[in-house]
Amino acid sequence: MTNMAFVALACGLIIGLGAIGACIGIGIMGGKFIEASARQPELMNTLQTKMFLLAGLIDAAFLIGVGIAMMFAFASPFPA
Amino acid sequence: MAIDTVAHAAPTVGEHVVTSGSYITHHLGHLRSKPQPGIIDFSVINYDTIFWSVLLAIVSFLLLRAAAKGATAGVPGRFQNAFESLVEMVEDQSKSIVHGDRSFIAPLALTVLVWVILMNSMDFLPVDLFATAFRALGIHTAEGHEPFFRVVPTADLNGTFGMGLVVFACMIYYGLKIHGLGGFIGGLFTAPFGKHPALWIFNLLINIIEYAAKTVSLSMRLFGNMFAGELLFLLIALLGATWVGFTTQSVALAGLQVLLGTGWALFHLLIVPLQAFIFMMLTLVYIGQSHEGH
Repeated sequence: MTNMAFVALACGLIIGLGAIGACIGIGIMGGKFIEASARQPELMNTLQTKMFLLAGLIDAAFLIGVGIAMMFAFASPFPA
Repeated sequence: MAIDTVAHAAPTVGEHVVTSGSYITHHLGHLRSKPQPGIIDFSVINYDTIFWSVLLAIVSFLLLRAAAKGATAGVPGRFQNAFESLVEMVEDQSKSIVHGDRSFIAPLALTVLVWVILMNSMDFLPVDLFATAFRALGIHTAEGHEPFFRVVPTADLNGTFGMGLVVFACMIYYGLKIHGLGGFIGGLFTAPFGKHPALWIFNLLINIIEYAAKTVSLSMRLFGNMFAGELLFLLIALLGATWVGFTTQSVALAGLQVLLGTGWALFHLLIVPLQAFIFMMLTLVYIGQSHEGH
């Protein structure tokens, strides 16, 4: 395999594995938020602010990985 | 498929054939002081990042100053109302997170919020705007194509890392100010595990990793979001670049570009203020953590 083939595989793994973690995390957090809103609807607005904050934090590592993978795909620092 | 079509359509920019790969790498290049030899080189300066971040800092300063100067005690207008609610929101957050003297920290958070929102919003400009403008004005580099120019300062790791380092400096400064030099160094060695001398080295390692992780994650989170957003806009723009005339495929791809571009822009409309808000909240949280004794 060439160097670029390895880089392409690496990009796929970075984005795919990161997406698994991020999506499961957001799913669990969203489920808890909806459950809490159903129990106490008056807290929905304050919890929503915190939920968005947490969503940003959960997505952080995944998006860092996406950024790095995109950089490998288009502006690869590896010798071809 | 798209790459073949672009190669066949082969639009030319000046005398320079554009492929999809070269389009993207052209749009990802910075206006640099010199070509960057490796991953880390401190002698290379990205002039476009510096220019846009300073310009937007001045704009945000003038905006906030206009809101403050025009503030009346009577019925507020819309502009004053908007900024009042913004300041109130930042003040509430800082009051609940930082327990101490907030006369510098709350304005710091407000500045970070407004500045980062403005910098992130540069991502909404069309990707080819400055390239076309440079071409129309006839500005080009020695190689004959228009100069590289990235307009989103927060999509440059240098920009976000600069801000992250300032937050790191604030963390250290407030740690020293609240606990004193001896208390701060003592805290480095005794938190979080305990005061026993055998644990000193572990505490120190954990604290070093904690400070490094906070700074790096703060910078890279903002960078990753903005860089990925910008790159997706570029990829969506590539769909429309395969225009060869009014064939079915070209029209379909152009329609798809407009649709996807709209969708992604709408999603980005959420991400831009959200990432600025997260950056501000984390700045407050980290400075608040320096105030406490762990």
